[in-house]
Amino acid sequence: MTSLPASTDRSLGLVIDLDTCVGCHACVISCKEWNTSQYGAPLSDIDAYGAEPEGTFLNRIHTFEAVPDAADAPPRVVHFPKSCLHCDDAPCVTVCPTGASYKRQEDGIVLVNEDDCIGCGLCAWACPYGAREMDQTAGIMKKCTLCVDRIYNENIPEQDRVPSCVRTCPAGARHFGDLADPASDVSILIADRGGFDLMPEQGTAPVNKYLPPREKVDLLAPLLDPVPETQGGFLGWLDRALTRL
Amino acid sequence: MHPAPSLIAFTVLSGLGFGLIFWLGLGFPYGDGWIAATFCALAIGLTSAGLLSSLLHLGQPARFLKAFSQWRSSWLSREAVLVVATLLTFGLYGALWTFGIRVAPLGLAASLLALLTVQCTSMIYAQMRTVPRWRTPLTPAIFLLSALAGGALIAGHSAVAAWLLVALAAAQIADWQFGDRRFAGSGTTLATATGLGGFGTPRLLEPPHTGGNYLLREMVHVVGRAHASKLRVIGLALATLVPVGLIALFPVGHAVAGVTVASHVSGMIVLRWLFFAQAEHVVGLYYGRR
Repeated sequence: MTSLPASTDRSLGLVIDLDTCVGCHACVISCKEWNTSQYGAPLSDIDAYGAEPEGTFLNRIHTFEAVPDAADAPPRVVHFPKSCLHCDDAPCVTVCPTGASYKRQEDGIVLVNEDDCIGCGLCAWACPYGAREMDQTAGIMKKCTLCVDRIYNENIPEQDRVPSCVRTCPAGARHFGDLADPASDVSILIADRGGFDLMPEQGTAPVNKYLPPREKVDLLAPLLDPVPETQGGFLGWLDRALTRL
Repeated sequence: MHPAPSLIAFTVLSGLGFGLIFWLGLGFPYGDGWIAATFCALAIGLTSAGLLSSLLHLGQPARFLKAFSQWRSSWLSREAVLVVATLLTFGLYGALWTFGIRVAPLGLAASLLALLTVQCTSMIYAQMRTVPRWRTPLTPAIFLLSALAGGALIAGHSAVAAWLLVALAAAQIADWQFGDRRFAGSGTTLATATGLGGFGTPRLLEPPHTGGNYLLREMVHVVGRAHASKLRVIGLALATLVPVGLIALFPVGHAVAGVTVASHVSGMIVLRWLFFAQAEHVVGLYYGRR
């Protein structure tokens, strides 16, 4: 049934720190590697070694710059990872004609049952974030599963039971947890840092939250101040004397 | 949005077919036997051609039966269910009519089902908050008016068709007037999409990939928009003005009716192409394009 659950027991999701992300794309690669080789249809590449290579990815990193109004202020460059936000009011779920697209009541993860997907593409139209991509080879819709085959997987070490992107991020910019639990690490992080929704006006009530870039604090700047031109003491006298000579 | 030929063919042909079913269900044109049989076969043929073309749009067409299951929540599923209900009802009505037994209540039921089907088709588009240009009551209005007008033209119901075409032209012009401003009015901008508005005016510095992808092909179609204003005039003229002029100037006849229908259908193909090609999906913001 593609009706959304009235509420979910937990709201598993990601918190993505736009301050910390360095734009290395490691999460893109690890996501592709895990999700192409585990359950379901692989994430195909088209013309992989040709002139116009492209492929299916569940996670992509854009880079934006925010240009301040003041003319002399430098733009703020922000790397911006984007994947499924596992929305509470997911429009991709309710448009699905077959029931392939659904949101789990127990943990809030939005999934696609690949055996039921007819590849009509309507869910991708309904998603404002571009989180769903139709696999050109399999003819079915692929999306982030929040690595549902890792997070509950007792066959892998406990430290690996997080989404592949979170596990691989070298900067610690991605956090995984239950956003419905106010005591969870991710909820505390959101409260401390002012986590926000993407496109709140679209009414999707996304579970995933983004942490804004911090105000610039440059620790090195005071140490790199140029040496003052005029110096006192013996060295100052020597400098002045040698200049006059 | 990508103007997929399969979707343009589907919405235009099935629109015509269901429009014709509407008028045939009400008993137009009068005549039993082979006249009724020909018109009913034409209506079913148009509708079926449209439906077959819509199957081409699917990644897994063989699984289409699954699409009948989610009618409680999905407009696409409701459309699928209503298509079958309409064709079954109309098929029975048409078969009986061919043998001279016109069951009026059955025809009325087919007419209403045909209108509901077109309404469901249009709601697939009108429900999309992600495509502000589509999200308006004018979308179902245009789909219903074009189906009714096209059906009336084929059924030879010229006077009614002319008035419906005038109404269609008015709705289409109103849709363009409001539609050109609707994306800005939706409130979705790159600032809300990234949350970076507080730092200044955001813009794309580097896209996530150098090649194309499904999203760009399917939802960020910008090719051909340059000629949109000319195509609007051409489409509107062929779909509405030329048929109305022909109806007004010439007496009813098969030759004139043929030209009228051909003009209307070509115009509708242009208008439907524009319906998709000019629709801007909000995901384009993340790629610095609309």
